[in-house]
Amino acid sequence: MDLYYIKGILILTGINMIAVLGLSLLTGFTGLFSFGHAAFMAIGAYTAATMTVKFGLPFIPAILIGGIAAGLVSIIIGRLTLNLKGDYFCIATLGMGEAIKLILDNVQYFGGARGWPGIPLNTTLLIVVIFDILAVIVLINIINSRHGRNMIAIREEELASQIIGINVFKYKMMSLIISAVYAGIAGGLFAHYMGFLQPKMFQLIKSTELTIIVIFGGLGSISGSVLGTAVLTALPEILRDFSEWRFVIYGAAVIFIMVARPQGLMGGQEFTFQGLKRLVRRVIPQKKTLPHSGGGN
Amino acid sequence: MNEFLQQLINGLSIGSVYALMAVGYSLVYSIMNFSNFAHGGVIMFGAYFGYFFLKSLGLPFYMALLLAGGLAAILAVIVEKIAYSPLRRRNAPFLYYIISAMGASIFMENIVVATIGPTFLTYPNVISVEPIKLGNLSIGRLDLMMFIISAVSLILLVYIIDYTKVGKAIQATAYNMKASALMGINTDLIIIIVFALGGALAGIAGVLFGMKYTVYPQIGNITLKSFIAAVFGGLGSLPGAVIGSVLLGLIETLVSGYFSSQYRDLISFALLIFILIVRPVGLMGKVVEDKA
Repeated sequence: MDLYYIKGILILTGINMIAVLGLSLLTGFTGLFSFGHAAFMAIGAYTAATMTVKFGLPFIPAILIGGIAAGLVSIIIGRLTLNLKGDYFCIATLGMGEAIKLILDNVQYFGGARGWPGIPLNTTLLIVVIFDILAVIVLINIINSRHGRNMIAIREEELASQIIGINVFKYKMMSLIISAVYAGIAGGLFAHYMGFLQPKMFQLIKSTELTIIVIFGGLGSISGSVLGTAVLTALPEILRDFSEWRFVIYGAAVIFIMVARPQGLMGGQEFTFQGLKRLVRRVIPQKKTLPHSGGGN
Repeated sequence: MNEFLQQLINGLSIGSVYALMAVGYSLVYSIMNFSNFAHGGVIMFGAYFGYFFLKSLGLPFYMALLLAGGLAAILAVIVEKIAYSPLRRRNAPFLYYIISAMGASIFMENIVVATIGPTFLTYPNVISVEPIKLGNLSIGRLDLMMFIISAVSLILLVYIIDYTKVGKAIQATAYNMKASALMGINTDLIIIIVFALGGALAGIAGVLFGMKYTVYPQIGNITLKSFIAAVFGGLGSLPGAVIGSVLLGLIETLVSGYFSSQYRDLISFALLIFILIVRPVGLMGKVVEDKA
């Protein structure tokens, strides 16, 4: 019973992690802030569930189709909104997210606002972990490629990167599509873990949660996103004994982070084994090497 | 025709309450350039204050209204002090303000759930529900009162901003905060005043909204629509916020009157997206060249 509960939290953390990693590319590495990412999760979830329930497709292809569907929708949304600046892009994504939720509320084919029960429970911890590992590897490779560096350049200085010949719109679009595919896959896994879908699950609060996690972990840090997901998905569960008070604490924690440590947990740094070694060496001074190397780390 | 006029009246009444909320978003945006999502929480608290004064203390209506406005103003200033002013001292990017505002809004909503409870509360009947007959039209007394109180509050706000020294200082700060500070305007104080003004209107709007419908912790989500109205009219522009709100109120009542109330919210958000794509600065907003 207890083990079952912990396993559930782990699966939810893993699913959240995929969506957060995608959003991390968009927000942390390209500098675009989205308040509508839950809508991409919703598209992935409903598409994947349609594939398995209504068309009888196997589980993994259905999940991938869900991701692709979210990516396709993001192309349309990106075409319309990516030229907006700062605040207005945020507001546009917020509007898109709510609009998609309200459309789902009214589509009776998917059960409307009442929800859609009876989705097969195919998501296991192993599948989620495999997807998580793949998501991290793909993301690291994107960021270390030429495309990833172009995205970081856009985040740092949009005008300057345009002048040196980076196609800003193209790279913003690429980032948005990849993050939407991640969110779509997370949505598909979520649908097949819960076994029940309701448009209410993908409200503004879910999008905000994803963005809060990315910022909490530290913008521009993959390990920060992973760590942030683990902490912030577990936190409400640890506080479950306080029942209603846990979201009060959650809200206060968000304000506290913004005020006290806005660079997030990792502050744009990555967790590496070399960094860990350096940290260990700093904490435990090694007498033998000190006279010769003189702290040459 | 008659039905159309009836819808028009309903639309004006709800639109005027949206306007009270939307000017709060616009006032803050004009000075600090970010969307204050904690505003919904202040409106919700205003509704609860009003409920407490009317139901539990049995105060007369206008006194309860003013007290709720005053307390909401204090609350808005407290939110500014805790959630925004440390960010301001550090020159944080606008997104940190938005996240901080989201945190404040989650906090306020859930502290009400935890203390008062998530149940729906109904206001006592302050004024008679019997409508005023005007030929074939019937105007609800509450609707009429909502419209009048909103209009008076807005006129008062316009007077403060256009004809007083404080108002001039607010305008100057909105135009250029650094230059105003150099000219000897206490911009910190101006920001407090702006939050207090927005908060007071939010409190009044909350009471009116609570009287028309009910009070519950998630009332802040509905205020998202007044935010749409502020964007529609042009963020940072007060006349824009008022015109946007009235238009949104009219569109909403006409849609729910002639199509279906299910599509009402969808139309609001579709309008938001449409206006952002066609004219992001809204109806009355000024076009600002991006300095990058």
